[in-house]
Amino acid sequence: MLNTALMIAAVLVCLSLILNLWRLFRGPSRPDRILALDTMYINSIALIILFGISSGTTLYFEAALLIAMLGFVSTAAMCKYILRGDLIE
Amino acid sequence: MNTQPRFRLLPMPIHSLLLFVVWLLLNNTVAPGHLVLAAFLAFVIPLMTSGMQDKQPSFHKPLVCIRYVLMVIWDIIVANFEVALLVIRPNKRLNPGFIAVPIEIEHELPITILASTVSLTPGTVSAEISEDKQWLYVHVLHLTDKEEVIALIKQRYEQPLREIFAC
Amino acid sequence: MEFWIELVVSVFLVVGAVFVFIGSLGLAKLPDFYTRLHAPTKATTLGMGCLLAASVILVTYQQGYLSLHELLITLFLLITAPVTAHMLAKTAMHHKLDIIERTSDKELSKRARERLAP
Repeated sequence: MLNTALMIAAVLVCLSLILNLWRLFRGPSRPDRILALDTMYINSIALIILFGISSGTTLYFEAALLIAMLGFVSTAAMCKYILRGDLIE
Repeated sequence: MNTQPRFRLLPMPIHSLLLFVVWLLLNNTVAPGHLVLAAFLAFVIPLMTSGMQDKQPSFHKPLVCIRYVLMVIWDIIVANFEVALLVIRPNKRLNPGFIAVPIEIEHELPITILASTVSLTPGTVSAEISEDKQWLYVHVLHLTDKEEVIALIKQRYEQPLREIFAC
Repeated sequence: MEFWIELVVSVFLVVGAVFVFIGSLGLAKLPDFYTRLHAPTKATTLGMGCLLAASVILVTYQQGYLSLHELLITLFLLITAPVTAHMLAKTAMHHKLDIIERTSDKELSKRARERLAP
């Protein structure tokens, strides 16, 4: 049962990554693309967590935490950049 | 408003507790060595960084604070089911709208917490604060009654925050 | 493995994945940027919470000790999601993105852009 649930979850997360990718290509504006990228970061964390569960190790936890932090910082930096055209005022 | 640190050797007690817990979670252990190291970090880092911090109003009522956190977590769960239903429905039946909520709390930390709570709970995202910090602009995913949403935000989230921060 | 632990973990996994999917579905299908902002901020956050809870339960059961470090990621996402949403909404208003016609009080976004009182 656990394997089936993992499979369903992984398929759903991959489908949502594809939907995010569609929004990333489609746009139409730059904030839309940033939002899509931010959601892709979070979904990739979900994928890593699922992989960690299926392979039975907790080694991937650090990778997930790092992606979460880098995702937030890069989203904030990109927002700031297209808001002001400059990172440091 | 009380901004003076209550204990000289422990200038930021909440931050110390948070550092302690986060260090233990990060190492996923309660081994004695890590307990000592966590206590050391929780003691030294606030001592070194307390000078860099802007003065913020302190927490007054820990019980109200815990109740607030639990209430917000419950609201997040409920909110998610509502938003999920709204997202699945056809777009035509959606009635988005902007509202401006007058806010009475003053300091930056409470306003930030209020805005974050509003973003995480039922169908609302806080978009902007007016320059004089009197108005919170909120985008609502499905607006049925403007006054009701404003009253909800004020009673359910702003009132406990005013109690917690005594402002 | 005991049946009910497997059941709880499986339910958490599927519910979490469904929420993550709904978040992205909303991102793809909702009509304008401000409505799109809602779906990833809320649904994805709770979805991740469910997935990480499943991981906590399973690892705790398999390793035999309480393993809570996944909670850190949940906490981090809960803190950063509203900040990201706020910054994106600010950026969107700055760039005067299109708002769909039936949005009530559209003029408020112009006042909000200047950070004036309504």
